[in-house]
Amino acid sequence: MRISVTGDAIFKVAAGVLVASAAVILFATLYVLSTGSTIVLQRFGLGFFTGINWNPVEGRESFGVLPYMLGTLVTSSIALLIGVPLSLGIAIFLVEMAPKVIRVPVSYLIELLAAVPSVIFGLWGLFVLRFWVLNYIETPLSASLGGIPIFSGTPFGLDLLTAGIILAIMIIPTVASVSREVISAVPNSIREAAYGIGATKWEVIRHWVLSYGRSGILGAIILGLGRAIGETMAVTMVIGNAVGPTAMPTSLFQPGQTLPSLIANGFLEAPTPLEKSAYMGAGLVLLLISLLINIIAHVMVSRILKIKGGAVE
Amino acid sequence: MGNSEKIKTEKLNAWFGQKQALRDINLSIRANVVTAIIGPSGCGKSTLIRTLNRMHELVPGAKVSGRVLLDGKNIYDDDVDPVQIRRRVGMVFQKPNPFPTMSIYDNVAAGLKLMDAKKGPALDEVVKKCLQQASLWDEVKDDLKKPGTSLSGGQQQRLCIARALAVNPEVILMDEPCSALDPIATAKIESLIRDLSKEYTVVIVTHNMQQASRVSDYTAFLYLGELIEYGLTKDIFENPKNALTEKYITGEFG
Repeated sequence: MRISVTGDAIFKVAAGVLVASAAVILFATLYVLSTGSTIVLQRFGLGFFTGINWNPVEGRESFGVLPYMLGTLVTSSIALLIGVPLSLGIAIFLVEMAPKVIRVPVSYLIELLAAVPSVIFGLWGLFVLRFWVLNYIETPLSASLGGIPIFSGTPFGLDLLTAGIILAIMIIPTVASVSREVISAVPNSIREAAYGIGATKWEVIRHWVLSYGRSGILGAIILGLGRAIGETMAVTMVIGNAVGPTAMPTSLFQPGQTLPSLIANGFLEAPTPLEKSAYMGAGLVLLLISLLINIIAHVMVSRILKIKGGAVE
Repeated sequence: MGNSEKIKTEKLNAWFGQKQALRDINLSIRANVVTAIIGPSGCGKSTLIRTLNRMHELVPGAKVSGRVLLDGKNIYDDDVDPVQIRRRVGMVFQKPNPFPTMSIYDNVAAGLKLMDAKKGPALDEVVKKCLQQASLWDEVKDDLKKPGTSLSGGQQQRLCIARALAVNPEVILMDEPCSALDPIATAKIESLIRDLSKEYTVVIVTHNMQQASRVSDYTAFLYLGELIEYGLTKDIFENPKNALTEKYITGEFG
């Protein structure tokens, strides 16, 4: 009796410490990034967020993260634009159409895709995808729509578009498998009622399944967005790594930079405290954006789980 | 009695995977009457009505053989679109299942919106008429914008009936429509079923024999997937020909 009581007490304390450590790590990271970026924030103030220069030369230092925030925004948007329809198509096919013999192995395969290390995606992007994008997408687009600013410039293959496409592939496992869960959670009684009033399969999916699961699917999309925003290695390898004013995204066929790739490229070689602090500041901006997006995603996903629970009754 | 035949099944068999749920059902359902299908749990009564509007085949692994003639035309012929059949043969389910993301109005209008048949005031008219037919209009006329799921269970089931009526079906199938409802709500639905049979052919599955005797004109008794006896409700309950039927209605098993 006494032994088990002591055991419980020890377990309680140990579990409490472990749980607390997760929160401690997060806040410690925030603390380190905030204190680390005080130098650059004191020197440039709001200009750090709106500046476009990245000049570490002593005496002429100037640091601004706007181009990389925008680069992150552009590549993530491309990723969502391409990745979300594909993922939804996969999820709908798996739940609503595929027979079990296909559904189970394909679901596993999609989830395995999430286990591929991002450097592998990067290598493939650098040696294979880059040329496909260059030859089959960028060159024709540049020839026909080169007059439009976002398609202007000489295509090179290592640019914002390629980075966005790599990210699209990388968010598919997340978005597709969460959407698949959400769509499976739609009660069959709703589908039957819709079939019962003469809806076709496509109408059932479009008007009922997707509408019932919309907040969960939105959560899935935002989880994917979080992944796209934070992804570092693969992006660094294909984005072209522009720095300073040239990194301001104007054309998709132009080398760019995201916040993670900026940090990965430069942090180790930063010699001065001010430059180090600038990378810390970039990290702080990135972490805050990611946290915000994850919080939104969790709120939405838990909302759909509540709906699911309510429907089961 | 002179009612014409609306639905006729011929050697109708149904399976879930390897498990056979219906065996050689030959049943003739008359127009504009209420036909009740009774029998113990698992006897295939729900499966039977789900074969009448091709809902059965939506379950993975489900199969059907034999013929179901709707006005003389086999609904399982290759040239028949199941979507059209489900508009002609509507369905009300065991648990009230209004569309949770839709208002009361949209629940009723959903089927018509799919067909793009009516808009604006014409649609309003149909919604009103269907809610009146389902004797729900007076209770909800000021709350049409509220979600369908905000209603009580009995009201939700009447909403589902209105939703089925909106696409102007010829036949209405009801799968134990009162099993989730209290006695007062049940009584309302039962009197509604009587009214509906003036305009529609109604087939109701029920495990409640009193209900079958109260609402139906004809009764079919199913046991282990086979049609044991079928005839006028009065005869089935007062004068069953088959010993099994008699045992079931006197409560010896079930």
